[in-house]
Amino acid sequence: MMSTAHAPLPAAPCLRIPEGEAPYLEAQRCGACDALYLTPRMACSRCGKRDDFHPQRLADRGTLYSFAIVHRSFPGVETPFISAIVDLEGGGTLKGNLRGIEATPEAVRLGMAVKVVIDDALGRRDKDGHAYLAYFFEPAEEPSA
Amino acid sequence: MSDDVYIIGVDMLKFGRFPDRTVPQLGAQAALLALDDAGLEIKAMEALYCGNLYQANAMVGQRLLQEIGQTGIPVVNCANACATGATAFREAWMAVKAGACDLALAVGVEQMGKGLLGGGGAGTGIPKEGLFGGGTMPTVFAEAGMEHSHRYGTTFEQFAKVSVKNHHHSTMNPKAAYQMETPLEMVMNAEMISYPNTKLMCSVNVDGAAAAVLTSGKKVRELGLGKRAVKVRASALTSDPWQERDLVMPDVNSCTRLAAEKAFSLAGLGPEDLDLVELHDCFATAELLHYENLGLCGDGEAGRLIDDGETALGGRIPVNVSGGLLSKGHPLGATGIANIYEVSTHLRGEAGRRQVKDARIGLTHVIGLGSACAIHVLEKSDL
Ligand SMILES: [Zn+2]
Repeated sequence: MMSTAHAPLPAAPCLRIPEGEAPYLEAQRCGACDALYLTPRMACSRCGKRDDFHPQRLADRGTLYSFAIVHRSFPGVETPFISAIVDLEGGGTLKGNLRGIEATPEAVRLGMAVKVVIDDALGRRDKDGHAYLAYFFEPAEEPSA
Repeated sequence: MSDDVYIIGVDMLKFGRFPDRTVPQLGAQAALLALDDAGLEIKAMEALYCGNLYQANAMVGQRLLQEIGQTGIPVVNCANACATGATAFREAWMAVKAGACDLALAVGVEQMGKGLLGGGGAGTGIPKEGLFGGGTMPTVFAEAGMEHSHRYGTTFEQFAKVSVKNHHHSTMNPKAAYQMETPLEMVMNAEMISYPNTKLMCSVNVDGAAAAVLTSGKKVRELGLGKRAVKVRASALTSDPWQERDLVMPDVNSCTRLAAEKAFSLAGLGPEDLDLVELHDCFATAELLHYENLGLCGDGEAGRLIDDGETALGGRIPVNVSGGLLSKGHPLGATGIANIYEVSTHLRGEAGRRQVKDARIGLTHVIGLGSACAIHVLEKSDL
C-alpha cells in the first residue's frame, strides 16, 4: 500500500499550497503588457517580451462569464455538472466546476457573482495514492451596488 | 501578376461508416471521383496535397497513390485539426498560384472513432475532466455559445433553430449522411449533451473523403474546361491571435474574423457580395457566432438572422444548404474540401433541389480548435 499521508498536491499549475497557510491561486503577469498566464511561458504570447513574468495572486471572487451544463461526459465522470468560465476580480479567467447550485439553465445566471473555493479534488487519487487539491466556484452574495 | 487558379474537378463520397475500407482507400476513391469530374487521369497530376488528421504520421497521400497510380510526384501530407482538408486544398492552390505546377490534386480524408471528441488529457497525476469543468467538444462549443448569450441574450431556441434549418436542407442533399426533418421541439427535447447543445445540435461522427483538382487559368483554356471551372477568388488561413480568455476558452471567433478580413480583402469583395456560405457548424451554437464573424450580419444580430429565416435556402444569404456538418457529417480531414465541393456545385448550377438560384459567389469556412481557420471565396467561371 502506498502512503496517503503526504500533504495534498495541486491539481492545477496555478494552485499554490504554502505550508501552514491557506492555499491560493497565482498567475504570471507579463511585465511589459500585463497579460496573465496560468502556466509559465518562454515569452509573452501577447507581446513577445521574454523572461519578464511576475507572480500575481488571483482574487477569490469573480463573475460568471459563460458556462455549459454537461450531461454527457467520459465514463466515470459524474454528471450533470456545470462547466463554468469565471472572470476574476482584478484580472484573470478560470474554468472550473460551479457547485452549490442546481445544474439547470434556470438556476444559473450569466454574470452572477461567484467565489473561488479550494477543496479536495473530488476524491481523485493518482497511481501513488496522493490526494490533490482543486479549485471550484460557488455562488456568492452579489456585491452591494 | 500571377494567373488565377481554378477548380476543374471536385467531388466527395457520401459520408458514412466504412469499416471495411482503409483511410488511403477512401482518399483514393474521392481522388478518382474528382479526376473523373475533370475528365483527367492521375498521370496528369503534378502534385498531391493530402489532408488527414488521425493518421497524420502514416503517409496517407503516398498510400493513396499506391491505390491509383504511383507517378513519382511530390506528395505533402498535412494535418491542421478540422481545417485539415481546407489546408491541403490551400497548399495545392499555392503550388498552382506560384507557378510550381499546372495541375494539382488535393484530398481530404478521415476515419473517425466513436463517441465524444476532446476532453482534458491526464497531464499530471489525476484526470481533469469534470474536475475543472468539461473539455469535450460539445462543452467547449456550448460555452462559446453561452458567451454570445451573455453578450446579446441569444436563446437556446435560437441555437436550436440552426439544427432545424440545416437538417431541413439535408433532405435535399443525397450526399448528406442524415437526411431528416427535425422540428424545433424535437431538437430541443433531444438528449441534452452539454447545454445548450442537444444531441441533434452536434455534428455527426462519420468517415468520409473529398477531393479537388486545381489548375491555372491558362490550363483551363487549353483543356477547354472553362464552362464548369470554378475560380478561387481568395484563400486565407489564420491561427488564433492572442485573446484575454485564451487560457480557458479556445477562441473560434478572432481567427475567423481575421481570416474573413484577409479573404475579403484578397477577393476585393465583401460579405454583401456572397450568394451562399458553407460554414463550420460543428455544433449548432457555432453557426450563429460565425454569422457575425463572417460579417453576414452585425454583432449581436445572429439571433435575429436565424429567427427571420435569412440564412435558409431562399433567404437573403443561405448558409449550409448542404445540411452542414450537423447532417452531412464531419469527418475532420475531409470536411474542408467537402464544403468546397458544395459551393462549387452551386456555382456550376448543378445542386438540384437545393440549388441557390443564380449563385455566382460563395464562401467556405472551417475552423480547427487549437486553432486554425481557413476561408475560401469561390466564383462561377468567367472563362
Ligand atoms: Zn506581454
